[in-house]
Amino acid sequence: MNKSITIQVCMGTGGMAAGGSEVLDAFESLMREKNIPAEFKKECSMHKVGCRGLCARDVLVDVIADNRRTIYQYIKPEMVERIVDEHIVGGNPVSEWQVDEDYHKFHEKQVKVVLSDCGNIDPEDINAYMAVDGYKAVEKVFASMTPEEVIDMIKKSGLRGRGGAGFPTGVKWEACRKAEAGQKYIICNADEGDPGAFMDRAVIEGNPHAVIEGMIIGAYAIGASKGYVYIRAEYPLAVERLKKAINVSRERGFLGKNIFGKGFDFDIKIKLGAGAFVCGEETALIASIEGQRGMPRAKPPFPVHRGLWGKPTVINNVETLANIPYIIKKGHEWFSSYGTEKSKGTKVFALTGKIKNSGLIEVPMGITLREIIYDIGGGIENEKALKAVQTGGPSGGCITTGMLDINMDYESLAKVGSIVGSGGMIVLDEDDCMVNVAKYFLQFTQSESCGKCVPCRIGTKRLLEIMDRITKGAGRQGDIELLEKLSNDIKAASLCGLGQTAPNPVLSTIKYFREEYEAHLQGKCPAKACNELLTYHIIEEFCKGCGACLRACPAGAITGEKKKPHTIAPEICIKCGACFDVCKFKAVGKE
Amino acid sequence: MGMKKLKVTIDGKTIEVPENTTVLDAARMLDIQIPTLCHHPKLTPFGGCRLCIVEIKGIPRPVTSCTTPASDGMEVTTSSPQMEDLRKTVLELILSDHPNDCMVCEKAGDCTLQELAYFYGIRENRFAGERRIYEKKDGNPFLERDMEKCILCGRCVKVCDEVQGVGAIDFTYRGFKSKICPPYEKDLNCEFCGQCVAVCPTGALTGKQWSLRGRQKDIKEIDTICPYCGTGCNITLHVRRNDVVRITSREDTWNEGWLCVKGRFGYKFINSPDRLKKPLIRITPKKDTGNRGYGDTEKNFTHSPIHPFTVSSNFREVSWNEALDYIAERLNDIKSKHGADAIGGLSSARCTNEENYLFQKFMRAAVGTNNVDHCARL
Amino acid sequence: MEKRLQGLIEDFKKNEGNIISLLQETQEVFGYIPEEAVYRLSEELDMPASNFFGVATFYAQFYLKPRGKNIITACCGTACHVKGSDRIINSLKRDLNLADEQNTTEDKKFTLEQVACVGACSIAPVVIINKKVYGKMNSDKMAKELKALKEDGNE
Repeated sequence: MNKSITIQVCMGTGGMAAGGSEVLDAFESLMREKNIPAEFKKECSMHKVGCRGLCARDVLVDVIADNRRTIYQYIKPEMVERIVDEHIVGGNPVSEWQVDEDYHKFHEKQVKVVLSDCGNIDPEDINAYMAVDGYKAVEKVFASMTPEEVIDMIKKSGLRGRGGAGFPTGVKWEACRKAEAGQKYIICNADEGDPGAFMDRAVIEGNPHAVIEGMIIGAYAIGASKGYVYIRAEYPLAVERLKKAINVSRERGFLGKNIFGKGFDFDIKIKLGAGAFVCGEETALIASIEGQRGMPRAKPPFPVHRGLWGKPTVINNVETLANIPYIIKKGHEWFSSYGTEKSKGTKVFALTGKIKNSGLIEVPMGITLREIIYDIGGGIENEKALKAVQTGGPSGGCITTGMLDINMDYESLAKVGSIVGSGGMIVLDEDDCMVNVAKYFLQFTQSESCGKCVPCRIGTKRLLEIMDRITKGAGRQGDIELLEKLSNDIKAASLCGLGQTAPNPVLSTIKYFREEYEAHLQGKCPAKACNELLTYHIIEEFCKGCGACLRACPAGAITGEKKKPHTIAPEICIKCGACFDVCKFKAVGKE
Repeated sequence: MGMKKLKVTIDGKTIEVPENTTVLDAARMLDIQIPTLCHHPKLTPFGGCRLCIVEIKGIPRPVTSCTTPASDGMEVTTSSPQMEDLRKTVLELILSDHPNDCMVCEKAGDCTLQELAYFYGIRENRFAGERRIYEKKDGNPFLERDMEKCILCGRCVKVCDEVQGVGAIDFTYRGFKSKICPPYEKDLNCEFCGQCVAVCPTGALTGKQWSLRGRQKDIKEIDTICPYCGTGCNITLHVRRNDVVRITSREDTWNEGWLCVKGRFGYKFINSPDRLKKPLIRITPKKDTGNRGYGDTEKNFTHSPIHPFTVSSNFREVSWNEALDYIAERLNDIKSKHGADAIGGLSSARCTNEENYLFQKFMRAAVGTNNVDHCARL
Repeated sequence: MEKRLQGLIEDFKKNEGNIISLLQETQEVFGYIPEEAVYRLSEELDMPASNFFGVATFYAQFYLKPRGKNIITACCGTACHVKGSDRIINSLKRDLNLADEQNTTEDKKFTLEQVACVGACSIAPVVIINKKVYGKMNSDKMAKELKALKEDGNE
């Protein structure tokens, strides 16, 4: 019988979707049922932990027995019994369910600062956070540092905004500190809107107290007595955990009046975003907190001078704030020992798309893309060929296979026409059409345009119309040049960051994959992804006549007798691809 | 403490401006023209049309001059091939979502968008595409809203909120589908002051009464004072062939160009055939219906086919001399029979201060009573 | 309606509320934003109804019409997109007989929504059915879930 056992079940959004809470329930009831001793509570603890990165393998379960950690992957509730029987009772871990070597490789090249406690501590337990020196940074700041010293330390650390623009955090704080006003505000921007990015969600779900601690320190540094967290309503779990964490933190006296008896008041309110990507932009976010339509206004004046309710306001992203406590505790030298000359520290990326190990990663700035894709990510899914990596979401661009040795930092990415952005990293393989991907991002930004300024409101619409006709085989000669011209003008003339970056995916794909655009103008989609340019047919020699495609076809375009090759009538076919998806014999071809 | 002055250089010319002056205002002080559509000097800056973009030394991207405060030592360039090219693209984009019907548009000849399109020589449109199509459905008698012509400059929204304090309309939806409208896209239900019409730079908002009444080039503008109330707003009559077809107000007047529904739209009486131009004296005694006079006329107003105040069998047209003699005679009669206090005088808010002064003077000194009041003292 | 709105109005006056939070609470109570509620709030709080309508139509979260009994939210984030969310959505639309701009079925049993990203990209494509997250979806799995929901409703 093992003496002390800890079971940790991954309960981030990914883990929950894969059935995390059912797995935890199964452990709980089984261990009770098996009568694992009454003092079981003392000896055996069960934790829900936040995201541990490799969500693709959820549910991930750690069993720590006799100080030895065994990690299981793809665990379902019905598998729990065997783990309890063989491992916990019997002392023999179930070897075939354990993570394989590349799980460890996934973690090897990562450097965890922001995520260091995510996935290890119970995010709903403040004691767990305090056990790993949580709130020690606040304590240190209040005991021994002036606001100016805090700002100085953050400046020296070289920390830059992790939300996208990469503005030096210390400089922002300093500007707000110097602004004269009776009331100031600090806002945590958790309106993570980039499709394909979820690091902020994971940080709040996995370690909400670190974000709160960062906000308290920021508030102290700039002299703000009120803080807001503007968080997406689409992240219910994160909202719930954050709410709890704020309440507990207030109970413990880290928030509220006269913190640490130093005469400093600070409290945090949560504001739920109502579903508008543009509210990630600082001035739109402020408008939204004030209850208005999230339409950005021109800068200057900047929020550090005139922000929320017209008062000086600092807006920091979740990841930025979560870095703060660690910098204070471990020193700016430690932090700036990671990264490159101008990009210090680490960055969390959401590695997704056609990659084997899809998940959340934290790497030192300046790591090469090759290391991320092949060492951490384990290469491309299904033995396909890598085509490109899209970074920075709808504001970013793509990096091609020829540039895999690029350093992932603000400057290097900007040089090739992409951005670090909030950290979305989508891996694309040979089946992905770059024109289609650019059109996808444009569709997104176009539908999220607030409509205030002309270049974004009408310009992105026109860009999309041109992209649309190109992917439908109706492109005209000169369209590529027109796209470039309009893109550059939209970038130059738009009011806010959304419009100024919306054409990036188009420009970047034209720059590196111009031949794909040209092929579309000739009526061909090289990646066979643009449906309107394809025709579907049945490859007779592979068709077993199973009838699966016939049943799947919504248009009734497929005919054929059982056990004989079927046929697709091209004039009826709506090119939905249902037959292609459903065929088990690769008998549906597309050209 | 003196106002801090900021030295700004625009297109090589230097000027000192007070703090909180925008680059656009500074440029206008120097008589440098920067095109704008969404800017209105009396409303908060918007920065949406992007036409007023300028280059400022030290700032990497063009900024809108209407929103950027001037700062000391700032060096601004308002026109360069790149700026003009961007403006052209922006205009082309606006026009790509705008009906091309200037030949029948009420606003032609007086339209900022039309003028800019002309000066930037936009003939073909590289960006032609889908246009917003809206039903026209307003049933009100004052405002014509043709939202397909709306360029979403937001001036109407701001004037309604900031000046009129009503907020009848707002931006709704977002992106390409953005639309300015009343709640739930219903008909306008407001004061119909028409301030929105006054600030609209295109033909999206016009007065229904103006429709097909004349082009701007045929119109003679005559400045006068609104006759409706004691406020005495400055108005400008737009007259074509001795017919008032529209009323506007100039921004440099004391009422800053703002008017109410009466001043802006209540002008039909001027050319109305029903308008009284000479005094009338009643020739047949009034039938006593037990009601006091006005109720009677009100009834007549709605039901009688004969207008009560026009010459009819009951009234006789007379000269002013005869009318005034008649009034004096009747007042003297009453005064001698019943005393001066049997007479009361009620003056009108439509009169000027001077006229009201004279009226009370007349009542007190000539008639000899203090029974004098004014309709505005409700 | 009167009574339920009154609570919101009192809350609003006590706290530093605003139009967005009021609309969020209104939707919490009614499931959507009824037109009468907007006029009532506007009158009671002396804020133009046009501002409420402007905000309600700006943010994707607000619904101006009642929604279906079952809410299916398809994620259209980038990861989901490259892993075929389009096909899931198209097949759902066909199965539910929804026209292009239509979100809710005639019988009000289903509402299909599309959301930019739910931040569960590692398990793309993702569909949320009545608040439960389903990862690694495909048209087949979706059809099965839908069938179960339809049968559920018939009982």
